[in-house]
Amino acid sequence: MAIHKILCCCGSGLGSSLIVHMNTEEVVKKLGHPEIEVDHSTISDIHEGAADLFVVGGDLADFVNNVPDDKKIVLKNILDKNELEEKLKAHLG
Amino acid sequence: MAVLGFIVNILSTPAILVGLLALLGLVLQGKPAEDVLKGTIKTIVGFLVLGAGSSFLQSDSLLAFGQVFNYAFNMQGVVPNNEAVVADALKNFGSDSAIVMACGMVLNIVLARFSRMPYIFLTGHHTLYMACMLTVILGGAGGLTGPALWLAAGSILGLIMVLSPAYCQVTYRKVTGGDAIALGHFGGIGYWFAGVIGKLFAKDPNRKSTEEINFSKRLIFLRDTTVSIGITMFFLFLIVTGVAVARGILNVDPTNEAYSHLGVLLNYNQETTTNWIVWCITAGLSFSGGVYIILSGVRLIIGEIVPAFKGIADKLVPGAKPALDCPVAFTYAPNAVIIGFLSSFVGGIVGLLILVGVNAAIPVALILPGVVPHFFCGATAGVFGNAEGGLKGCIAGAFAHGLLITFLPAICMPVFTNLGYTGTTFSDADFSWLGIVFGNLVHFAGGAVLVAICVVLYLLPIIYNFVAPKKEAKEA
Repeated sequence: MAIHKILCCCGSGLGSSLIVHMNTEEVVKKLGHPEIEVDHSTISDIHEGAADLFVVGGDLADFVNNVPDDKKIVLKNILDKNELEEKLKAHLG
Repeated sequence: MAVLGFIVNILSTPAILVGLLALLGLVLQGKPAEDVLKGTIKTIVGFLVLGAGSSFLQSDSLLAFGQVFNYAFNMQGVVPNNEAVVADALKNFGSDSAIVMACGMVLNIVLARFSRMPYIFLTGHHTLYMACMLTVILGGAGGLTGPALWLAAGSILGLIMVLSPAYCQVTYRKVTGGDAIALGHFGGIGYWFAGVIGKLFAKDPNRKSTEEINFSKRLIFLRDTTVSIGITMFFLFLIVTGVAVARGILNVDPTNEAYSHLGVLLNYNQETTTNWIVWCITAGLSFSGGVYIILSGVRLIIGEIVPAFKGIADKLVPGAKPALDCPVAFTYAPNAVIIGFLSSFVGGIVGLLILVGVNAAIPVALILPGVVPHFFCGATAGVFGNAEGGLKGCIAGAFAHGLLITFLPAICMPVFTNLGYTGTTFSDADFSWLGIVFGNLVHFAGGAVLVAICVVLYLLPIIYNFVAPKKEAKEA
């Protein structure tokens, strides 16, 4: 399924998710998909349909348990752009 | 003159002023017109949403809590919550806070460039909260206005934006295993303190890291602030209202000014009757709802400003280190997060009991333990304690932190009470210590002297950089 919207999430949806949001935007552009909308919010907002792909840090993996694997990315290191790029590539095809 | 009046009106309308700052940031980044428009409008909407959240939180929950608490215990109960106090304060100090925030970010870049603390503070919501607090104290209590206020508060904001990451870095480099990133979170002094306490256990022969033991992660669901605030406030309402009901609050005269926000609880002028336990559920969860709305507003505001700030800083300060929000630390020691939270929370309860004891001798505000500050700050304190002294360091450091974020707000509370903020206060440690220092300083210094003190404090790290011998020179 095509990905139109990526949502990066953290506890209160203010600090670390915004950093991941900025990184994701950069990587998505680099991968040639500038049309994809990237946003960030709180983990309260994770539910089917809110986005096509959710990005969270490993410490929040429990919050995406109900999300199918092809709709989520769980980052070991939320600051590592290489890990992010690798995982985004796999999803964007 | 009409044009001038219009311009002044724009600058004194906080929502539009914040929008203009975002517009400036977006233009400086060379964004296309539609992105500039989108970002500017989202920022303005964010500011308006924040105000709406604040009104909802105050009228449907916080004011009622204060009245019930007062009836039940005849004391002032305070729920520490940054969002609640900031959103309320921005109603009166919105424009000044916005300008102070902008000044602080510029001065952060200058300090990062010319001092030995090369940190760029990227936790935008904390920058906003700190700008607001300094504006309220130096403007509201210190009597500064206009450019004098912007310069004084902006200087202190710029200073703390590098100072807080700097004192955290002592331990944070042990957490992250390097110097590439720093911690940008105004619970800073509490983390530093947890590190100092943790260090007491550094030489323990049986030292064990929190990550070497098995620990249930089930409590992690409290990371969801909507859930954790809802649970805490429900229980606080239930306990406090329960005591009030036992003492006969349901039979008081509802027209009395002291119960003006308790219409629903007292079933006064209502179309339906509400049981008091049901009232506790809705009033408690309304607090969470209010914070949820405020956070949505804050997210819209800083979502545009932080990337602009980062973009500009990256160009102007080569080799700058980003100071990032505390959850970044959580991935390094997930067990320490939960243990730190629990230990800090216990510290908060013990601290509250001590305050109750102190209250018998000297009247103090009772700082109730909030799950959010203990979770986010306590967890970070746990990670710091663990990095210095393993499991024991984590438990002791986070416990000490829990005491600290109970006592500091209690000491700071008179400053805010005098300014009319009674039911809630800042929860994180850096807000409290700066609040205590500057809230008291304004009694001794005012006007030009106060501005001069702030500017000199700001310049000290730069002067030190140029005057004091460099470490590299010593080694050579």
